Amino acid sequence: MTQLMGDDPRIVEFDVRTDEMLVNMGPQHPSTHGVLRLVLRTDGEIVSEVEPHIGYLHRCAEKIGENLTHRQWIPYTDRMDYLAAMNMNLGWALAVEKLMKYEVSQKARHLRVLITELGRIASHLVGMGAYGLDLGTFSPFLYAFRERERILDLFEEACGARLTYSYITIGGLTADLPPGWLQRCEAFLDQFEPIIAEYHALLTTNAIFVKRTAGIGVLSRDMAIEYGCSGPVLRGSGVDQDLRRDGEAIYTAMYDGYAFEVAVQKNGHYPRDHQYPAVPADAVLGDCWHRFFVRMLEVVQSMDLARQAIDRYASCKGTIGEPLKLTEKMPAGDAYLETECPKGQMGFYVVSDGSAIPWRVRARSSSFSNLAVAPELCRGCLIADVPAIVGSLDIVMGEIDR
Amino acid sequence: MVEFLTSTVGLSGWLAWTIAAVVSAVLVLNVIAGGALAFIWAERKVSARIQDRLGPTRTGGRFGWLQSVADGIKLLAKEDLMPQGADGLLFRLAPYVSFCASFCAFIALPFAFDVVGQRLNVAVFFVVAVLGLEVFGVILAGYASASKWSLFGAMREAAQVVSYEVPLGMCVVVPVMIAGTMDMVTIAEKQAGWFWNWYIFHDPFTFVIFWVYVTCAVASVNRAPFDLAEAESELVAGFHTEYSGLRWSYFFMAEYGSMFLVSAMAAVLFLGGWNGPVPLASLAGLSAGTGDTAPYVVRLLGLANLVAKASLGVIVMMWIRWTLPRLRIDQVMATCLKYCTPIAAVMFAGAMLWKIALPGGLVPGLSRPGGEIREGWLPGPGGAAIPGESTRDGSLARVTP
Repeated sequence: MTQLMGDDPRIVEFDVRTDEMLVNMGPQHPSTHGVLRLVLRTDGEIVSEVEPHIGYLHRCAEKIGENLTHRQWIPYTDRMDYLAAMNMNLGWALAVEKLMKYEVSQKARHLRVLITELGRIASHLVGMGAYGLDLGTFSPFLYAFRERERILDLFEEACGARLTYSYITIGGLTADLPPGWLQRCEAFLDQFEPIIAEYHALLTTNAIFVKRTAGIGVLSRDMAIEYGCSGPVLRGSGVDQDLRRDGEAIYTAMYDGYAFEVAVQKNGHYPRDHQYPAVPADAVLGDCWHRFFVRMLEVVQSMDLARQAIDRYASCKGTIGEPLKLTEKMPAGDAYLETECPKGQMGFYVVSDGSAIPWRVRARSSSFSNLAVAPELCRGCLIADVPAIVGSLDIVMGEIDR
Repeated sequence: MVEFLTSTVGLSGWLAWTIAAVVSAVLVLNVIAGGALAFIWAERKVSARIQDRLGPTRTGGRFGWLQSVADGIKLLAKEDLMPQGADGLLFRLAPYVSFCASFCAFIALPFAFDVVGQRLNVAVFFVVAVLGLEVFGVILAGYASASKWSLFGAMREAAQVVSYEVPLGMCVVVPVMIAGTMDMVTIAEKQAGWFWNWYIFHDPFTFVIFWVYVTCAVASVNRAPFDLAEAESELVAGFHTEYSGLRWSYFFMAEYGSMFLVSAMAAVLFLGGWNGPVPLASLAGLSAGTGDTAPYVVRLLGLANLVAKASLGVIVMMWIRWTLPRLRIDQVMATCLKYCTPIAAVMFAGAMLWKIALPGGLVPGLSRPGGEIREGWLPGPGGAAIPGESTRDGSLARVTP
């Protein structure tokens, strides 16, 4: 109740208490992003408690990983965050490469940057569109999917798949780009760039959208760090952390020489914020609006990175090199690596006993930690705010349940 | 029709009345239901175009124009489910209450001069009152469904629609006050002539209150951004979560019927009713009262005008729905109680003062109700003005032939 009972006179006071009611939101519910089940304790329209129940999509991916070779497990990472499968592939591939102390060719490195940044755009587009759905507007979802479709077309050309790519793999990528791909990618980026202003008009600056998101579900900086939030959720709370810049050497080396600014509010300003709509007066750092806005900024940032990667990839001579054999034996030891995935910091842990099959495989899900703050954020909000808050965390159940 | 049956066919009075009533009811019901189907199709096409899609393209050959019929057949064939704990009687009753309320209101809605199911001297009151009954169907549905989501939807609907009836009533009263009658035929007839005779341009207050009316009308028929009762991202499907098949489609028909109704109300009360922006019929020398074909031409023209205006209103509602996010319940209530109601009250007072201060309008010869150019003004049915209504205003009595 504290959230609603503040001194803000605009906020309606809810002092009528009625009987409490337990309501199941999900696992079959339009706005729980898959099969999340939220148990709401409601008093009329006010939600006093939210308890997420997870596990409806558990497929024992980690246990399966202990029965497959390292490269054979790549398709299982596709099915974790299925909206950003490229980034998942990269996380596992880099973790194993860290274990092997393997370095891919420069051309493969730039191609990985290009592909994962496109994957980030695609993932954020879904996040943006689905967030519109959560708030009751249908059209941005289809606009977002229209652009995502073009990214999927590009991916399909590169690797043959549209959702579960298994494209980035241990030791490089499964194939090089087909001829003409870079031009088509550039054409897409050129066409996509002006459309972002439309998204800002439809959602970011829309009066109703601002009313529904500004000041709702405020996640303080400290709480975000305590709960281990990551990605746009963390940056939306004003924590300046992005593993592409702050991560481990093997990951940041990928972005060596790339120019980008972390999308986070510093001294009351977002990077290059003169190009974007002003932060609404009602918005508080760490609320749903900021989390959404950080994602929108990251789309632009990823476009920049993709353009830089195109130039670097094109200037590289030679081939991307061959990926490792499916049955490649790994040195004994263990390695853990977190990468900056669209939803947050996704970590992969691999323990090897020297054979071709890992002894243990574990994954650290970013959505899991991000979802963990939902009960805190939803305390005392209205029923309509629950989808708004959970949607702003942009979770993917495939990654949480694995 | 009653006259025809009694005098020409030679039926007794009560039988003639019954047959006439049944024929009228079937006509109204089917015309409105057909219209609702057309609007459901339009919603598919409009939303598709807004969303960069094509919408239905194949059903019925081209443009998917038979899509609504195909949907209807599908809904008829669907299993009729009722949840286990549901209150059977109320559960079955609820869709019909909504449907009847929405469709009954059409009885008093004039489509063109004299093209009206039953001309009532309290038509505005009747329409608002009957439309208000629609909420009972929704509340019954939510209560009887034995589902928590449905109950949430019903409670939201009850709170929202009942609140919005207050500013809606205030908005509706302004044209009534200017016209001096609740008879919708007379109200529309008084706006005859060029478009500046329309009540929306009567004075600044009516112009503002028209937009308040639009807001309240959208809210009272539960369309986005006020579609809280069925908010699909929050309440699954709100009050009709547990409904399937034909019963569900009755709610749907009621919704589209109500949408058309409030748009037609807006057209009649503020946008000149069946009078086009340019008085074509008058300029062409046609009159609803004289000649063999002229009355039909004038009425058809009026019908086209009103249906066009009302359809435009419905399409604007669709446009809003597919563009804007949904408001939260407290914001919806705040919009009503803090904005719509006070604005409507002030505008009502303003319009009243305007009528007292400037009875002839700002430019007397221009916006005076009952100007020289009129489209087929006729007194009430049977040649006589409705007692006490049309003759209340001096200008009307003057132009009555």
